[in-house]
Amino acid sequence: MELYNLSIEELQSMIKSGKAGFAEIAESVFNRIEAVEDRVRSYVTLNKEEAVSLAKQADNDTTADEKQALYAMPLAIKDNICTEGVKTTCSSLILQNFVPPYESSVTEKLKAQGYILTGKTNLDEFAMGSSTENSAFGHTRNPWDLERVPGGSSGGSAAAVAADECIAALGSDTGGSIRQPAAFCGVVGLKPTYGRVSRYGLVAFASSLDQIGPLTKCVKDSAILLNAIAGHDACDSTSAEVPVPDFTAVTGKDIKGMKIGIPGEYFIDGIDKEVEAAVREGIKQLESLGAMPVEISLPHTEYAVATYYILATSEASSNLARYDGVRYGLRVDGDDLIDMYMRTREEGFGAEVKRRIILGTYSLSSGYYDAYYKKAQQARTLIKQDFENAFNEVDAIVTPTTPTPAFKVGEKMEDPLHMYLNDIFTISLNLAGVPGISVPCGFTSENLPVGLQIIGRHFDEETILKTAYAFEQSTEWHKRKPDL
Amino acid sequence: MQYEAVIGLEIHAQLLTDTKIFCGCSTRFGSEPNTQTCPVCAGMPGVLPVMNRKAVEYVVRTGLALNCEISLYSRFARKNYFYPDLPKGYQISQFELPLCEGGYLEIPGNGSNTKISLTRIHLEEDAGKNIHEGSASDSFVDLNRAGVPLMEIVSEPEIRTAKEATDFMKKLRTIVRYINVSDGNMEQGSLRCDANVSVRQEGTKELGVKTEIKNMNSFRFIEKALDYEIRRQIKVLQEGGRIVQETRLWNSEKGITESMRSKEEAHDYRYFPDPDLVPIVFDTSWIDDIKANMSELPDVKKERFMNEWGIAEQDADLLASERSTAEWFEETVKLGADPKAACNWIKGDFMKLLNEESIQIDESRIKPGDLVEILGLIDRGTISGKIAKTVFEEMYKTGKKAGIIVEEKGLVQMSDESGLESIIDDILVKNTDAVDKFKAGENKLMSFFVGQVMKETKGKANPKIVNEILRKKLG
Repeated sequence: MELYNLSIEELQSMIKSGKAGFAEIAESVFNRIEAVEDRVRSYVTLNKEEAVSLAKQADNDTTADEKQALYAMPLAIKDNICTEGVKTTCSSLILQNFVPPYESSVTEKLKAQGYILTGKTNLDEFAMGSSTENSAFGHTRNPWDLERVPGGSSGGSAAAVAADECIAALGSDTGGSIRQPAAFCGVVGLKPTYGRVSRYGLVAFASSLDQIGPLTKCVKDSAILLNAIAGHDACDSTSAEVPVPDFTAVTGKDIKGMKIGIPGEYFIDGIDKEVEAAVREGIKQLESLGAMPVEISLPHTEYAVATYYILATSEASSNLARYDGVRYGLRVDGDDLIDMYMRTREEGFGAEVKRRIILGTYSLSSGYYDAYYKKAQQARTLIKQDFENAFNEVDAIVTPTTPTPAFKVGEKMEDPLHMYLNDIFTISLNLAGVPGISVPCGFTSENLPVGLQIIGRHFDEETILKTAYAFEQSTEWHKRKPDL
Repeated sequence: MQYEAVIGLEIHAQLLTDTKIFCGCSTRFGSEPNTQTCPVCAGMPGVLPVMNRKAVEYVVRTGLALNCEISLYSRFARKNYFYPDLPKGYQISQFELPLCEGGYLEIPGNGSNTKISLTRIHLEEDAGKNIHEGSASDSFVDLNRAGVPLMEIVSEPEIRTAKEATDFMKKLRTIVRYINVSDGNMEQGSLRCDANVSVRQEGTKELGVKTEIKNMNSFRFIEKALDYEIRRQIKVLQEGGRIVQETRLWNSEKGITESMRSKEEAHDYRYFPDPDLVPIVFDTSWIDDIKANMSELPDVKKERFMNEWGIAEQDADLLASERSTAEWFEETVKLGADPKAACNWIKGDFMKLLNEESIQIDESRIKPGDLVEILGLIDRGTISGKIAKTVFEEMYKTGKKAGIIVEEKGLVQMSDESGLESIIDDILVKNTDAVDKFKAGENKLMSFFVGQVMKETKGKANPKIVNEILRKKLG
C-alpha cells in the first residue's frame, strides 16, 4: 500500500502516529501522477511546485496537530472552479489562458483549512457533457479501462480520485456531473442539496442546477469535504441560511428501520442487466442492514431529461454570453464588432457548447418561451413535488446512478441524444434540488464499476451519508483499485 | 383637422447609493476609467450578484412618493443582448413582477393639477460606457458605471404636450431629490428620459404609430425635441404620409429629431427570471417603516407654507421646490422669523447670491439663525432695510454675524431726532433754491432732500424719522 492509495482519514492517522509526513504524501501523489497521468489524463493544469513547497512548510509547522481535517491534504479541483492565480479553463479554448484574480468560495474555505492544490482537473467544456470527451484539452480515460470514458462532466476529478492521482477532489454537478463519473470510476460522488454549498467562483453552466460537491475514495472523506465547503455565503444569494451539522458524526450510525424508496421508474427497459443486478443486490444488502425497502413512484420521471435540457440550455445560453472577447479570454479580431463576436465564439467554443447555446437561445425566444421554458418550469415543479410526496413515505430513495457502466470512447459522440440519456437517473435530483450520493455497489463481468445512488430530502445529506457509509462498510467494493 | 399628441415617458434615474447594485464598488462619477470595477461588475466567470438593499429601499421610497402599489413579491430578470459595455451579455433588470406598479404624479394643469398615471417602477443595473475617442481604429470600454443602480419609471401615455412632459420631468426631479434617492443631475446623465410619441386626430381613441425619442438631456431639449417631433408627425400625416415606427435622436445643434439607423429593431431580449437572485419578498412592516421615515413631499410642504404661514402660491412653490431650501426656510421660522419676511429675503437677495455661485442654500455660510438675527435688527430699528442688504452681502461673503458687521462698520441706524435735525438744518441752509422750489409745489424734491441726508449719514439715517422731520421743517 502506497501513501497515494490512502483516504483522508487514513492519512490523518498516519500523520498523527508519525508514520508519514506531509511532504512524503505530496511526493507520493505526484509520483503517482507522473506514473499514470499520460494514460489517464485527469488534469488540465498541475500545481506541483506550489504543492510540494506547501507540503514541506506543513512538515515544519509545529501547530500542524491542531489544524483541521484537510490540512496539507493534496486535493484536485475541477477546472471550472476559480482558483486565484491558477489557470481556470473550463476545458475551453475561450478560457485557455484565463487566470482568475479571485478565489472561489469553496477553495477559499479549503485554503482556510490549509489544503494543497494538486492541480485542475479536466471536464467536458463548461461542464457540458457526460464523458469528458467534450474537452478542448484532450480526453480523460477511465482508469478501469483506458478504452472507456470516465463519465462527465467531472470526469477528470473522478478519474484522478480512482487513479490515486489525488487524495480527493471537488467536482460540480448540474445534471449528474459528479455522480455519473463517480459511478463510472468506482468512487464516491456527492451532490449536495442546491444551496448547501456556495456557487461563488464556480463558472456557471446552469445557475439554478449547478452545485459543487466532493469526489472521494470513501464515504467518510465525502463527509469531511462537505463539512469543509458547506454553509451560507454572503457572495451567493442562492446559498441557504440553514445550519450545517457535522456530517462525519452520522458515519457509523445504524440504518435499522429506515425506509428506503425504490422508484419503479428507475428500473426501466434498456437499463444494463448487470447494472440492474448489482443495484438490486445493493438494495438487498441495505435490507440486511435493517433498512426497509418500499416501492414508490416518481411519476414525472419521464419528463426529466426533456425538462432539464430546456432549462439547463436556456440558462447556459445566457451564462455563456459573457465570453465575447471584450474583456478577457480568447479574442479573434474581425472586420467589425459583430464579426469579432462571431469569430471569437466560433473558434472559442466547441460543438456541444454551441449546440446548447443554440438550443437555449431558441427556448427563450419570444414566441417559443411559453411552449418551452415556461412549460419546462412547470414540469420542474411537478418533478419536485414527486420527491416531496415520496419523502412523506420514505427516508431515502435508492436507484442506479446510471443505466449503463462506462461506455467506450467515441461511442456516443455522434449521437447527443443518446449521450443525454445517460443522465436519466441523476437529472431529476438537480431539478428538484435534493441531494444524492453515488457509492460503488459492484462490478460488471468486464470489471467496470457500478454505482448505487442514494437520494435524500432537502438539506438532509446526513441520512444519505449515513446510509452510504453503512452500505460501504458492509461491502468490499470500495477497496478495489484499478490495475494501472 | 385638429391633432393631439400622445406621449409616454420612460425615465432612468441613477440611485444615490454609495456602492453598485451587485457589488461593493463605488458609484462615484467622473473617476479614471475602470478604476471602480471588480470581478462582479466586470462580469468575470463564476461571479454572482448580491442585491444592494439600499437600492431596493430607494425604489420603494420612490414608489411610495409616487403613490404606487409596492409589490410584496418581485423578481429580477435577465435582458439578453450583446454590447461591449454590457459585461455579462445580459442586463439584470425586472420584467414581470417589478418592485412598484401603478401610481401617479401630479403636474400643474389649467386651474387644477393634472394627474399623470404611472405604469411601473423597476430596478436594474446600468451598463458601462463605450469610448470612441483616443484612437482611430479602436474603441474602449469604461466599466465604472456598469452596475450602478438605476430605477426606471414608466408613465402611461397620458401626456399631451411637450410642456406637460417637461413639467412631469421637473416634478419628478424635485421628488427624487427630495426623498434623497437620486441627485437628478441631467447633465451627468443621472436622470435620463426617453419619450414615446404619437399623434392622433382629436376626439379619436385609437393610438397612432409611435416613435421613440432618445438623447434629451435637459428640460429645454425635452420640450424642444417633443415640440419638433409632434409638429413633424402632424405634418407627415397632413401630407398624406405615414409615420414609421422607429427610434429617433434629438440633435440639439440642428434642433431636429433624426432617425437612428437601428440595428436594434426587432430585438428579442429573451427575458427570463435570473436564477442567481432570489425573489424579493417584502414584509409590510418594512414598507411601513420606510413610509414612516420619509420626509414630507414638496406638494405637502407647499400647501403648508400657504395655509399656515400665508405665503403666496408662487413663492411657496419656489421655497418647496428644493428640499434644502424648504428646510432652511422652515428652520428660520422655527427660530422665530416672520415667515413672509424670511420668504422675501430668501427668494430675493439670497437666491440671487446663491445663483451667482450656483450653490445650494445649505452650502452657504449664512445659516438660518443668521437671517433671523438680521431680521431682528431691522425690526428693532437698529439698521435700515437698505443697510441690511449691505450687511447681508457681507455676511454672505465672510460668514460673519450681522451684529458684528453692524458694529465693526458703524452701521447702526441714526434715529436720534435732535442729531438728525441739525444735519437736516445744515442741508436746508445749503440748498435754499431747492427749498423754495419745493415750497412752490415741486413735491418730488422731497426725495432729493432725503438723498442728501442719506449721503451725509452714509445711509444710516432712519428714513422714517428723516421724512417726518423734513415734512415738519418744510411745512
